[in-house]
Amino acid sequence: MDQATLRFAIQLGIIGLTFFMLINASALLVLAERKVMGFMQQRYGPYLVGPWGLLQPLADIVKLLFKEELRPKDADKWLFTLAPIISVTAAFAAFAAVPWGAETTLFGLLDTPVKLGVADVNVAVLVVFAITSMGVYGIVLAGWSSNSKYSLLGGLRSSAQMISYELAYATALASVIMLAGSLSLREVVDAQNGSWFGFIPKWYVFLQPVGFLIYVIAGVAETNRAPFDFPEAEQELVAGYNTEYSSVRFALFPQAEYINMTTMAAVATDLYLGGWHGIAILDRYGFGWVFFLAKVGFILFTYIWVRWTVPRYRYDQLMQFGWKWLFPAAVLNLIATAAAILYFNV
Amino acid sequence: MSETILFYLFSVVAILASALVIGQRNPMYSIMLLIASFGALAALYIQLDAPFVAMAQIIVYAGAIMVLFLFVVMLLNAPQEDAAVWDRTHPLRRPGVARFGALLAGLLIVQLVWALVRVNDASTAVNARGDVAAISSVRTVGRVLFTDYMFAFEATSILILVAMVGAVVLAARETAS
Repeated sequence: MDQATLRFAIQLGIIGLTFFMLINASALLVLAERKVMGFMQQRYGPYLVGPWGLLQPLADIVKLLFKEELRPKDADKWLFTLAPIISVTAAFAAFAAVPWGAETTLFGLLDTPVKLGVADVNVAVLVVFAITSMGVYGIVLAGWSSNSKYSLLGGLRSSAQMISYELAYATALASVIMLAGSLSLREVVDAQNGSWFGFIPKWYVFLQPVGFLIYVIAGVAETNRAPFDFPEAEQELVAGYNTEYSSVRFALFPQAEYINMTTMAAVATDLYLGGWHGIAILDRYGFGWVFFLAKVGFILFTYIWVRWTVPRYRYDQLMQFGWKWLFPAAVLNLIATAAAILYFNV
Repeated sequence: MSETILFYLFSVVAILASALVIGQRNPMYSIMLLIASFGALAALYIQLDAPFVAMAQIIVYAGAIMVLFLFVVMLLNAPQEDAAVWDRTHPLRRPGVARFGALLAGLLIVQLVWALVRVNDASTAVNARGDVAAISSVRTVGRVLFTDYMFAFEATSILILVAMVGAVVLAARETAS
C-alpha cells in the first residue's frame, strides 16, 4: 500500500472512530447518569443487566426499538419526522470540527503526520458554534409539529432560551479567540502548550476563569440540562417538546442531547483546559488524547453532578439570569481581556 | 470537476428552496425552506474560499434570525393561507402595497446589476491587500471592515440600535396602557 492510500484509509479510520466514540459516549452517559444519580441518592442505580449494569444502555435501546411508533393524528407529518433527524444530525456534525488529539504518524507508519480529529478547519470555533445552534430547530419543530400544548410550550421555551444564552456563550468564546489570535481550535490548543514557572500549565482557564464559568453555565443552558432543562421540565410540561414522541424517534432526542454534551465538554477542553496538552510524557509519545478524554470525562461528570444537585430554576429567573447577569459579565470579561491584551502586548 | 458539480448542486438547492419559500401556504414550511436556502448559500461561500463569511451566514441568518422568525410564527400561530378565499380587504393586498413592493423589487434589481458590474473592481481592491489566502482570513475581513467600510459599518449598527430602542418603546407602551 502506498502512502497516499494508507493515509486515506487512516483518515477514514479516524472519522469512523470518532463516530463510534460519539455513539458510545451517548450510551455510556445514559448509564453514567443513572449510576451517579443512584450514588447521590444512596441507591444502586442499574445493576442487573451485565456486570455493574454495563449493558443497561443496550437493554434500553432494544426496548425502545420494539415500541410502537406513534404519531398524533393532527401532527404535521413532515416536520414531525424531520425534527429528531435535525437534532441528531446537528449533534453529530458539530463534532466534526473538534480536534481531539495531536498529530501522529502512528509510530512511523506514515511519512507525514495525520491530525487526530475529523476535519481541521481554520474557523473551527465558528463551525461548532454554527452547527450546534442549528440543533435548536429540531427541538422547536418537534414542539410545534406535535400539535400539543405541552410540546409547543417546550419548543417555545427552547428557542427563547437559546437566544438568551447564545449571546453570553459567543462573547465568552471571543475572549479566548482574542488571546489565541486564531479561530482554529487546533491552534488554540497548541497556544496552551507549556507552563508558567514550570508547574502551572498554560491553560486559558487560568487566564479566563470568568469566561470558563460563563461558558460552562451557558453550555448547560444550550444542551437543555438541569437546572436549565425548561424545554422538557417534566413537572410542568409532562415531557416538554418530546411529549408526543415514542420509540426510535424519541430515542434520537436524548441521544442528541448526550452528544451535544460531549461536544460542549470537548470544546471546553480544547478552549480552556489545554486540549491534549498538560502531561509532557503523554505528549511526547503521542498519547495526549488519553489526557484529553480524561478532561472531557471530568467535565461530563460535573454536568451530571450539577444535574442531580441543583434544583431547576423558575423560567423567568433563567431569562433574567441570562440577560441581566451572564451577558453583561461576558461583555465585561471581553473588554477586560481586550484591554489586558493591548496593555501587556500579548 | 467536482467543484463544478458541487457549485451547480448548491446553486440549484438555493434557487429551488428560495422559489418554494414563496410557494408555500404554511409559513412554517417557508421558514424551513429559507433556512435550507441559507445553508446552500453558505456552501457556495465556502467554495469561494470564504469560510468566515459562510459561518457568519449560518450563525447570523440561519441560526439567530430564523429562530426569531420561527418564534414569532409559533407565537402568532399564523393560520394557513387559504387559496379559495382571496381577501381583497386584507391590508397587505391593497394595490398601494403591491406597487410599493414592486418598486422595492425594481430597486433591488438595479442595485444588483450595479454591484455585479462593479464586481471586478472590488475584487482587485481586495486582491491588492495580499494574496488569495489572506482574503479568506478573518483578520483581513476585519481590517477592511473597520477601515474602508467604517462609515457603513457604524451607520448600520446605529440603525439596528434605533430599531431596537423603537421596539422596546412600542412594547413598553403596550404594557403601560
